[in-house]
Amino acid sequence: MTDLIVATTPAPPTDLLRTAPARPRDVFLPSDIRRQSVFGTLRRRLRWPLGIYTTPVVVLVVWELLTQVGVLKPTDAPAPTDIVSTAVTLWNDGILGPDLVISVQRAAVGLALGLSVGVVTGVLGGFLRSGEYLFNGVAQILNTIPLLAVLPLFVVWFGIDELTKILLIAFGAGVPMYLNLFAAIRGVDQRLIEMARTTGAGSWRVVTRVLLPGALPGFLVGLRFSLAYSILGLVAAETVNADEGLGFLITQAQTYLQTNKVFVGLVIYSILGLVADQFVRILERVLLRWRPSFEAA
Amino acid sequence: MSIAVDTAPRQQTGVLVEQVVRKFDGRVVLDHLDLVIGDEELVVLLGPSGCGKSTLLRLLAGLDTPDGGRIEVPAKRAIVFQADRLLPWQRVLRNVTLGLRGPDADQRARKALSEVNLAGREKAWPKQLSGGEAQRVALARALVSEPELILLDEPFASLDAITRVRMHDLVRELRRKHHASMLLVTHDVDEAIALADRIVVMSSGRIGNAHRVELAPADREASVAREEIRAALLADLGLASQH
Repeated sequence: MTDLIVATTPAPPTDLLRTAPARPRDVFLPSDIRRQSVFGTLRRRLRWPLGIYTTPVVVLVVWELLTQVGVLKPTDAPAPTDIVSTAVTLWNDGILGPDLVISVQRAAVGLALGLSVGVVTGVLGGFLRSGEYLFNGVAQILNTIPLLAVLPLFVVWFGIDELTKILLIAFGAGVPMYLNLFAAIRGVDQRLIEMARTTGAGSWRVVTRVLLPGALPGFLVGLRFSLAYSILGLVAAETVNADEGLGFLITQAQTYLQTNKVFVGLVIYSILGLVADQFVRILERVLLRWRPSFEAA
Repeated sequence: MSIAVDTAPRQQTGVLVEQVVRKFDGRVVLDHLDLVIGDEELVVLLGPSGCGKSTLLRLLAGLDTPDGGRIEVPAKRAIVFQADRLLPWQRVLRNVTLGLRGPDADQRARKALSEVNLAGREKAWPKQLSGGEAQRVALARALVSEPELILLDEPFASLDAITRVRMHDLVRELRRKHHASMLLVTHDVDEAIALADRIVVMSSGRIGNAHRVELAPADREASVAREEIRAALLADLGLASQH
């Protein structure tokens, strides 16, 4: 009986293989990248040598070609090489340097003010019920007002001098910092706070070991928004009665239809933004080591 | 009914729960419940989900207050939750020292970690640990403060069967070194028999039958006495007809 079964069962699969088409199957083997490591990494480097800068570089090259051919007029969009040489000329003439310093100074002072207010109110609002009642309503209202819409009001209130510019940048930086920090502190896992209390940790321990590190990812999101909005505020503020700074450079260039100078200003604004973003990225990498992050293949 | 608040302790060790009532939105979860846990006794609280086991444990931990009755527990107590509840942003060692003070905190934490067979893993991040390892860190965090009462809220429920058996061995071993009363909440009959000095079955907000388990570790795994206790427990839980 058993012999019979053993003898007959192996037969059907071979039959099936011959008649029916093979079913799709997956075979997984160790990737051979490790074996030919030097060649493999080189090949991967060559496939995307520019990484995330692929598209920007392609745009620049196409742009340069179009201006060389004459499709784009220099008054509309001067060639990237022209923008670079204009920047060098402006720097050598001693115009760009001081303007850049003034702008960065404004951004730094405004950012420092906005972040201080945002962090202090965010911490108070996050930790205390009374803090929430004091600040949350105002912050939510301010959040709905576009940065650019308060500019005319700030001009009326604070004049057309430095104060308006700094306050506008501070406004742009402070509101997102408050909102993100508040949400981050309130969002810390309640079960972890409960656990920490049961271990006998005091309030100070709970704040420094649970609440603050737990709120750190949200704080960094807030910082990223703050930096972006502060640069937006900088641009808006510098269009008002500027007699120095990057905004002045742009407004003046616009008046004389010097498009290349306008582009120099824009490029520097974008570089400021990129530097700010990179700064937060580095902070994240250092401070959030505990968090295994998602890496795209 | 005496109106005077009775705050003076009545005994030096263990747990004393008298006529405790706890309601949620008018629904009575604990209905005049009494429970006594002796010094160094391990009591397993057995019952189906939603019978009020965890509510009682939270009351003993001081995470919740009763609506009536009286609870007396040692001030030095620790909890192991169902989830490990480790701080993901702190390395293993710092998770264990969370509630410790003094210069010897690290030393004590290292000792506690070696007791749960995790020596050498002090620098790991919690996300790098397996479920069993993480729960052992949670166990070390509870033991490191030398508590007089350890409350365990289904601590091994989310672990696989093999790891759970290893954890039972570990708990038995730890009981020889640490002299603490323990209350273990579970819905696992086998776990209850494996670990308990006494098993109390909970139903509809009260403690029902109690079974004293005085077996050698080997007899807890397989013996006639074990099967008798198991049958009795299943009967208490209303599952007898299925066996």
